[in-house]
Amino acid sequence: MMTFYWVSLILVSLGFTGLLFRLVKGPTIADRVVALDAIGIALVSIIALLSLIIETEFFLEVILLLSILSFIGTTAFAKFLERGEIFDRNDHN
Amino acid sequence: MRNSLREERFSIETTIINIVIIVLMSTGVIFSLVTALGLIRLPDVYTRTHAASKSSTLGVLCVLLAAFIHFWLIEGIFNTQLIIAIAFLFITAPVGGHLIGRAAYMSGISVADETVRDDMKVAIKNKKDKLLNNKTPEE
Repeated sequence: MMTFYWVSLILVSLGFTGLLFRLVKGPTIADRVVALDAIGIALVSIIALLSLIIETEFFLEVILLLSILSFIGTTAFAKFLERGEIFDRNDHN
Repeated sequence: MRNSLREERFSIETTIINIVIIVLMSTGVIFSLVTALGLIRLPDVYTRTHAASKSSTLGVLCVLLAAFIHFWLIEGIFNTQLIIAIAFLFITAPVGGHLIGRAAYMSGISVADETVRDDMKVAIKNKKDKLLNNKTPEE
């Protein structure tokens, strides 16, 4: 069972490197933001597999925190791309 | 050490639990790899958001579910944070993909050459016409 977890971790890390390739190469900013979003989600998988491998439950708090942070980052980047500002106070027109 | 002690007593329940975990984890890993493949190979931003939102959500869902079952039925730890994380990811990851796609279209990134139809262009044109027609009688 431990071998299976190790193989899963290695395969997910392989996918992670593919996402890193898109993060570095991506022609536009939106490509890089998409890659960052996917990297956050792949990181959650990696942390779950790590906590299975070293048999501790304390990493599971990181999973919730990281998913929330990843979503907030994606939303902020999307608003920044769309309007050029993150907080919309309706005071510019 | 703890692991080797646990695996010495073979019981039918442990075998069934391990089979369930292996099936879920394999599905999750395969979908994670498909996500990476889609992000590398697909032609433009919009198809890449398609790959990054749907398949990665299902992949991480299966991996987290396998971890939850492992901690619950083998280690005896019922972790509610994992359930909250699963629900949160299931809701927010497609929303994030949709937000990025919309922002990319609004900031003027062109679609790939293979695209056959563009419904968003028609919708934006209709909305602009409607706004202009509403504004002109007031002025």
